[in-house]
Amino acid sequence: MSHTGVYPVPCDRAVAFELLRQMLRIRRFEEKCAELYGAGRIRGFLHLYIGEEAVAAGVIGALKPEDAVIATYREHGHALVRGIPADVLMAEMYGKRTGCCRGRGGSMHLFDAATRFYGGNAIVGGGLPLAVGLALADRMQGLARVTCCFFGEGAIAEGAFHESMNLAALWNLPVLFCCENNLYAMGTALGRSQSQVDLCAKAASYRIPARRVDGMDVIAVSEAAHSVAEHVRSGIGPYFLEMQTYRFRAHSMFDPELYRDKAEVEEWKKRGPLHTFTDRLKGQGLLSEEEFQALDAEVTREVQAAVDFAEAAEWEPLESLASEVGAVSS
Amino acid sequence: MSAGATISYREALRQALREAMQRDPRVFLMGEDVGRYGGTYAVSKGLLEEFGPDRVRDTPLSELAFVGAGIGAALGGMRPIVEIMTVNFSLLALDQIINNAATLRHMSGGQFSVPLVIRMATGAGRQLAAQHSHSLEGWYAHIPGLRILAPATIDDARGMLAPALADPDPVLIFEHVQLYNTEGALSDAWQATDIRRARVHRAGRDVSLVTYGGSLGKALLAAERLAGEGIEAEVIDLRVLRPLDAETVFESVRRTHRAVIIDEGWRSGSLSAEVSARIAESIFYSLDAPVLRVCSEEVPVPYPKHLEDAVLPQVPDIVAAVKEIVSGHD
Ligand SMILES: Cc1ncc(C[n+]2csc(CCOP(=O)(O)OP(=O)(O)O)c2C)c(N)n1
Ligand SMILES: [Mg+2]
Repeated sequence: MSHTGVYPVPCDRAVAFELLRQMLRIRRFEEKCAELYGAGRIRGFLHLYIGEEAVAAGVIGALKPEDAVIATYREHGHALVRGIPADVLMAEMYGKRTGCCRGRGGSMHLFDAATRFYGGNAIVGGGLPLAVGLALADRMQGLARVTCCFFGEGAIAEGAFHESMNLAALWNLPVLFCCENNLYAMGTALGRSQSQVDLCAKAASYRIPARRVDGMDVIAVSEAAHSVAEHVRSGIGPYFLEMQTYRFRAHSMFDPELYRDKAEVEEWKKRGPLHTFTDRLKGQGLLSEEEFQALDAEVTREVQAAVDFAEAAEWEPLESLASEVGAVSS
Repeated sequence: MSAGATISYREALRQALREAMQRDPRVFLMGEDVGRYGGTYAVSKGLLEEFGPDRVRDTPLSELAFVGAGIGAALGGMRPIVEIMTVNFSLLALDQIINNAATLRHMSGGQFSVPLVIRMATGAGRQLAAQHSHSLEGWYAHIPGLRILAPATIDDARGMLAPALADPDPVLIFEHVQLYNTEGALSDAWQATDIRRARVHRAGRDVSLVTYGGSLGKALLAAERLAGEGIEAEVIDLRVLRPLDAETVFESVRRTHRAVIIDEGWRSGSLSAEVSARIAESIFYSLDAPVLRVCSEEVPVPYPKHLEDAVLPQVPDIVAAVKEIVSGHD
């Protein structure tokens, strides 16, 4: 497993800088969301991705615009990196009419047709069969596109995971299965929910090639994602990536975190994807403190502009409550 | 637990669980995060420490498998209580509940029975959006072979589990999410709930408000408001959604000659439709006005508060419906 700072960043400076920028965008956006939740501006469930930024930044950065992305209820980061503008995302977090789903979905249900972002699914495992179907449609239409499906390691216990893996393999479908293994499903540690904790072995049982990646290392994730996305795009069949990562915050805003040690969290924080990558770039002379500060200021401005946009936006009028239930009103 | 002390709905449920496990070694609790996490709604908090991991059994995210295993364990001589986090996720176990639990006695010619209790949270009102806000208990009430309970009071939260466990057939208990934090005193007359009977919660002569679960409180508030205007509403808590205690409803409507049904489910094909049809079929000539229904708007539940509020039955809606059918008031 690669560790921070021990080997040089192999890609060029512009690429590295973009990965850093995307991780920083996620971090600052979500820190602001947590604050807004405390202030009652964002309601409902809020699941933060803080600590896991390298996964979305690395994987989605390796996709092409024509590819599709499906994620979970912990998907703010994926939506941002995929290119949904921060302001319409923030408006959706508020539930405003200028949000990407006209406020209907909120934090857990971000969708965007323009970037082929198919949600935002709050049923664990719910996105996996959809990914299989999207990939099936591509295959039947002769389109060399990748469907990238994110899910937590908790989803591996669901039947939907196994049925989807089998179908994708059986029909050689272009699905990139991206497991975000952050070791916990709410309060249940992986070892308490799986008889086989080697997740790549599960992929092997469906004859799906698999790779385990250090999900705290954005370069490792990015490299792996680039190579396996090309494998999937070539039409050989699906691929399974296990990203080993960790969420620094509670599962949601209601979680007292009785199930894990503070010390464990602190230990993982030392490997935080953002500061380790920043240090690495600095160590190699690819980034100066001034450049980092400038980037941070730019990202902070973007997030503040998104908040301003969301604050200023109007609520969906009550008259359109029943719109978009069906093409023809029911 | 003695009568008179103030406890929360959550604590009442917990006491019932504790008592059940103390009384009968065959009883055990299983479900996602019931142990280490302390229960999604903290109902089972502390029970792991008291009864150990064998009897307070954390499961992986495998609703189909652990509900099915509950059915199997019941067949095998145990008295399982399965907790499904919410009704939304019970959909992943629907096959086991409907094709196995509900049918085994009948299919086996009475050789086998499934003495299983399944508890789950239900309902909306917390801005959790479409996938986390379902009220599907009315659906389950469609299924012969199941008993469907909806405790709406502290007494019933405390008193329904024991008779449910004593039932030789599968019982589903729906706990409305908005009730967990409600507090009240166990009444002096507290005892095991009669899980065959609805309960007249408030007496009145002018109209019968028929409801259950999370809507009971709203119906009572409406009744208070109406009383201020000289309309005396009787409020019936159905409590048992299947088999329906229609006789208690009939007895009331024969006196009031008017009925309004309040149900958080969608109107089409709902439990409220069933109650309304029973009244029309059996005591049509006792009615002085059409039976009205206050149900949820027929849209997936949206995230923003103003839209969610507009979807759900509210006190003014109930008041307005009553005034529509009680003559002399506009
Ligand atoms: C089918 C289903 N069961 C239960 C839940 C409740 N729930 C929401 S998130 C979660 C944990 C999922 O863990 P994991 O898949 O590892 O993703 P993570 O939250 O760690 O990103 C649970 C149990 C749900 N949303 N859907
Ligand atoms: Mg996880």
